[in-house]
Amino acid sequence: MELLVASAIGILTAGGLYLVLRLRTFPVILGISLLTYAVNVFLFASGRLTVGAPPILRDGVSTYTDPLPQALVLTAIVISFGMTAVVVMIGLGAYLGSDDDHVDDQPAGDLHRPEDAG
Amino acid sequence: MSHWIIAPVVLPALLAPFIVLAARFHIGIQRAVSVAGVAALILIAAGLALSVSDGSILLYQLGDWAAPFGIVLVGDRLSTMMVLLTAVLALFVLLYAIGSGWDRRGWHFHALYQFQLMGIMGAFLTGDLFNLFVFFEVLLIASYGLMIHEGGNDRLRAGVQYVLYNLIGSTLFLFALGSIYAEAGTLNMADLAARVMLIGPEETVGIRVAAVLLLLVFAIKAALVPLHFWLPSSYAEAPAPVAALFAIMTKVGAYAIIRVYTMVFPPDLDVMGGLHDFWLMPAALVSLALGMIGVLAAKRFDRLIAFSIIGSMGMVMVAIALFTPEGIAAALYYIIHSTLAGAVLFLVCDLVRTGRPNLDLRAQAPMLGTSLTAGVFFVGAIAMVGLPPLSGFLGKLLLLDAAYEADLGVWIWAVVLIASLISLVGFSRAGSVLFWKSHSVTPPEKMPPVARPAALSYVAVGGLIALLIAHTVFAGQVHRYTTTIAAQLFAPAPYITTVIDTPGKLSPPKEDR
Repeated sequence: MELLVASAIGILTAGGLYLVLRLRTFPVILGISLLTYAVNVFLFASGRLTVGAPPILRDGVSTYTDPLPQALVLTAIVISFGMTAVVVMIGLGAYLGSDDDHVDDQPAGDLHRPEDAG
Repeated sequence: MSHWIIAPVVLPALLAPFIVLAARFHIGIQRAVSVAGVAALILIAAGLALSVSDGSILLYQLGDWAAPFGIVLVGDRLSTMMVLLTAVLALFVLLYAIGSGWDRRGWHFHALYQFQLMGIMGAFLTGDLFNLFVFFEVLLIASYGLMIHEGGNDRLRAGVQYVLYNLIGSTLFLFALGSIYAEAGTLNMADLAARVMLIGPEETVGIRVAAVLLLLVFAIKAALVPLHFWLPSSYAEAPAPVAALFAIMTKVGAYAIIRVYTMVFPPDLDVMGGLHDFWLMPAALVSLALGMIGVLAAKRFDRLIAFSIIGSMGMVMVAIALFTPEGIAAALYYIIHSTLAGAVLFLVCDLVRTGRPNLDLRAQAPMLGTSLTAGVFFVGAIAMVGLPPLSGFLGKLLLLDAAYEADLGVWIWAVVLIASLISLVGFSRAGSVLFWKSHSVTPPEKMPPVARPAALSYVAVGGLIALLIAHTVFAGQVHRYTTTIAAQLFAPAPYITTVIDTPGKLSPPKEDR
């Protein structure tokens, strides 16, 4: 299970980083979403992986799972969800306004290149 | 337990929804509520600063839950000083926004402004790393709204870059928090400080990674080279009052570095070997040099000021990276100075913009009210460059004095002095092009009528300049106080015991433990 979770985090992070480096609004936002998924799973794993164990004290139970990372993940999910919505709106506004979805600054006078590898 | 310490967070949090819901279409009520709220914040912050000036620690347990399990707010000399600085800066910037009419050029300026203050105040007062993250997000999401206030294609484009960069920073922050929690099992700063000390030298891999990740996050906030790329275009494109308020936001990063790396990961810890002197100090020196070279190279006035902010943050980080009580005391003195000077320059930039079609550093026809604007620019530039008689010069002297016996002392002296010279040339060039050469240009026949900047704008800038002068005149008292702050930071035991040992609801009585 450790191998599965660790490789899932690794693959999500690698995919997210690749997409962030594409420097167009849509792939970058997708990449950031993948990165936030990766960090959510990572936060879960920071309380150690246990299967089928209760998070609250009970009689006759000896193994528990750590409840705090679950609270942290919940906060992180809510925040990243709101932030993604904000960046989609601002990105859409910038794209509709200037008809250009590059994230990085383009050289002056070269704003409307017809098609490039991006 | 006094409840006043949570007031700087709760008051803006209550005012902002009131402004949105009740006073949405009444700019007069919005302005009155906003100014009254910030004035009340100043009073509260001054009261808090006064009550901890004897070295006591204010602790506030939310819901009365004891420290490692509950959420705490902690006020010591450093955090209350930063809260007071934020509140005072916010008042003058708000007056400028009202005087110049910036707050009417888009929706919800005052509500976002209050949310921004709530986030900044919370980040200064929290005693818990995860809540530091939450308050960072609060101040960031308000700053996204303020940054694109009034809209416009260039501003939206810079806004996208700013938001995306900070989203990646937030993700990095969460990775850092996850690794700290996995290693130490707590995110409360005082509890963490006690536990990090117990980690043996052979098991430090995880906590080292976490410490470096956390430093990267704070360095993004503090715009330390090579993580500064978000700053120039977003500060230059942001509305001027917003950029002036953002002058405190880079200081939030500096504050977080001072707080976490004196208490949780102090420099004498084995775990931290080489992080401060081998990595932080060179990065700070490079930011100082690069910022001031940017001042010389900038083709537009707003970019020039943004680069001078990077340079002055470099100066602050050089002082912090010494990690001696003298260095931190100098850094805190310089933080106050650089916040005020940066805000003055951004507001002057807006005064210049009202009289010119653009901010290119080329000679253009003279604008209205040039002499007064040129005067305040002159004072702001002297302060930012660090020439006598203003506080930038004193701050630089304190820094050089603190660095005299450091390992990299020669480098620090050389970079600080040469960078100051470069920025002096850059600011002189900008000032002469903007204000003197304009008289050699004949104005075109059909000039569009331009309104003279409002008197309230000049009052706001003048107030900030008066603060800068007071910061110079009372430099002795201020420096003595920052020295006591540094002493408190380097003896964190009272802070830690106050946070950990104060009993809360459901804590067992002392003798049963």
